[in-house]
Amino acid sequence: MELPLLHLALVGTPNSGKTSLFNALTGSRQKVANYPGVTVERKEGFFVTPLGRQVSVVDLPGTYSLRGRSPDEEITRDFVLGKASGETVPDLVLCVADSTNLRLTIRLLLELKRTGRPMILVLNMFDIASRRGITVDVERLAKELGVPVVTSIAVRKGGTADLLKLTDEISAKLAAEPQESSWRALTVSELRATQREADRIIADCVSLPSRPDTWTARIDAVVLHPVGGLILLALILFVMFQAVFAWAHPLMELLQSGFDALGELVHATLPDGLLQSFLQNGVISGVGSVIVFLPQIIIIFLFILLLEDFGYMARAAFLMDRIMGGAGLHGRAFIPLLSSFACAIPGIMATRVIDNKRDRLTTILIAPLMTCSARIPVYTLIISAFIPAKEVWGVINLQGLVMFGLYATGIVSALLVSFLIKFFMLRDYAPAPFMLELPDYKMPRLKSIAIGIFTRAKMFLQRAGTTIFSMMVLIWFLASFPQPPAGSTEPAIDFSLAAIIGKAIEPLLAPVGFNWQIAVALIPGMAAREVAVAALGTVYAIEGGKEAAEQIGQVLATKWSLATALSMLAWYIFAPQCASTLAVIRRETGSWTWMAVTFTYMLVLAYAASLLTYNVAVALGAG
Amino acid sequence: MTDTNDTRSQMPLGLAQRGYTGVIQHLSARDAGSALSDIELESRLIELGFVEGARVEVLHEGLVGRDPIAVRVDNITIAVRRREAMAIIVA
Ligand SMILES: Nc1nc2c(ncn2[C@@H]2O[C@H](COP(=O)(O)OP(=O)(O)O)[C@@H](O)[C@H]2O)c(=O)[nH]1
Ligand SMILES: [Mg+2]
Repeated sequence: MELPLLHLALVGTPNSGKTSLFNALTGSRQKVANYPGVTVERKEGFFVTPLGRQVSVVDLPGTYSLRGRSPDEEITRDFVLGKASGETVPDLVLCVADSTNLRLTIRLLLELKRTGRPMILVLNMFDIASRRGITVDVERLAKELGVPVVTSIAVRKGGTADLLKLTDEISAKLAAEPQESSWRALTVSELRATQREADRIIADCVSLPSRPDTWTARIDAVVLHPVGGLILLALILFVMFQAVFAWAHPLMELLQSGFDALGELVHATLPDGLLQSFLQNGVISGVGSVIVFLPQIIIIFLFILLLEDFGYMARAAFLMDRIMGGAGLHGRAFIPLLSSFACAIPGIMATRVIDNKRDRLTTILIAPLMTCSARIPVYTLIISAFIPAKEVWGVINLQGLVMFGLYATGIVSALLVSFLIKFFMLRDYAPAPFMLELPDYKMPRLKSIAIGIFTRAKMFLQRAGTTIFSMMVLIWFLASFPQPPAGSTEPAIDFSLAAIIGKAIEPLLAPVGFNWQIAVALIPGMAAREVAVAALGTVYAIEGGKEAAEQIGQVLATKWSLATALSMLAWYIFAPQCASTLAVIRRETGSWTWMAVTFTYMLVLAYAASLLTYNVAVALGAG
Repeated sequence: MTDTNDTRSQMPLGLAQRGYTGVIQHLSARDAGSALSDIELESRLIELGFVEGARVEVLHEGLVGRDPIAVRVDNITIAVRRREAMAIIVA
């Protein structure tokens, strides 16, 4: 008879290696994050044990206790207690410990035992512990705790063999009827007593040659230096944005010429007509103009994943805590906000690590102001068309500098908005405490970085293939129909639906210097910001013919004034157009109101910023 | 008057300078003025390893108001704000 699926759950303190273990067991394509609590999504994976038992395993958010003081920790508690709606109670809980730091995990384990769930203590990172001369009497520990104990090295091949073997042994003799849970939240004195008990057991079973990680101490001397640390942080961010511009360039050129050649090929092979126009202007130039930005997206994720895996993110939160506190933000908000540079969606989800509701709401409201990677295509296109690629002060690329300025404006406005929220809406506000473990530095793992980047690249390409593609088809359709009457001399697009819609909106956008072509492009940009670029490409391509299709940038340079271009950049710093972000805000705040608030305030800011930029630029003679 | 087996006087960790080393004597959340309730603050501190008898060392300080501080507690490092660290009485 086929045995039923065995349900495992990974529980442990942040940074104990749960996600790494999850990846090692399931080989799944997941992100490895080492900021406490980044594991916010429910991640389930499947594998088969050496004896052939089918297993499902869930990677739960890190926690120090079962009290559930943040939405994240509540997930873990409810899951272990079998109270989570629609979830099966785990058959076996794997309590994952960082072997170099057992105190907090052993206390957590003593608390977990009260839930009555069958359990294994996994002494992970055993390689690091051995290197530091820490020895553990595994058998004695198992006896004292009354729980099977196994060592593991999640990041090494075969490092989980013992765990797999033990899982087989235990699952064979799991009791049919589950034990009752006697768990309830511990009182302060019970907590203290549990910690004492844990410390006693550790003293009995573990020998610690109090040799701290000298590398971590040395690196922290620089990274956490009050002044030097902040300079380093600014430097890291600056290099990141220069890299996005400079390193990605050659690859982008290559992709661009590839798509150009493909467009040429289609143009040459197919007869003139609707099909040719659809393939060349709608599909290839539209989707192509978005895919070209893949290298930049890979680079920005490379930086974020490297910093996370290295252990820098918690340090950044430490450095920024008081500075962000001045703007009414919590130090923990730094990571969600930094993730928002990649995309606001994971950023907003990562705010679950903030336990104070108001801190969390503020962070969610401003996360979309961080320049997400979907704005990169828009910025890049306009910057390369209007800003000369000069060197400033010998080393800094002017285009990179403008890009940095756009990012900086986003950040500064986010801080201002947060300050205003604190000032007007949450007056009676006492700062929530900032308490955070600073994990030892770890060499980033090539494999986990690669998996992370691959996942993001795939998501981006899927978006290009689905959302963006369908938007492009729509735009092409709107720009091509109805067809001009026979014998007309004006450009075909003037007769199209796109022109009718665009011209209807144009009066609203004229004060900020936008023409009707931009108005058309802003509509599909609602689905995904980067579509605006492709939409502009299609509109101008159908209007201008073959040459226009090849270089959107050059076309813009001739059709727009500098003031319009700058106004468009200003618009996109704030542009609220991203349906998926709004949907996530709705889900995470559980309220349509906050979604509407976000949309409205960003729209107002975008309009105001563009209005200001346009008029100042015109006054300075750039109109 | 000083304790015989303790030549240093007691003080809150929240007032300690960088480089300070000591041992936790007791927790006293009442004196901290944290936004958290006393019980909640004590629970969280204990959960992060701040229990009586633990050795602590102030490793780093932030720039603004020398806040927050990074504290070595036995063999892990925890970042806390001085306001909350006022609840940890060391000597
Ligand atoms: N040397 C070593 N590093 C590990 C091991 N397990 C995890 N790590 C590293 O520890 C860090 C935190 O791991 P992660 O899985 O994100 O922890 P989580 O927060 O519990 O999910 C990452 O940088 C991993 O590469 C291990 O067994 N040995
Ligand atoms: Mg994790």
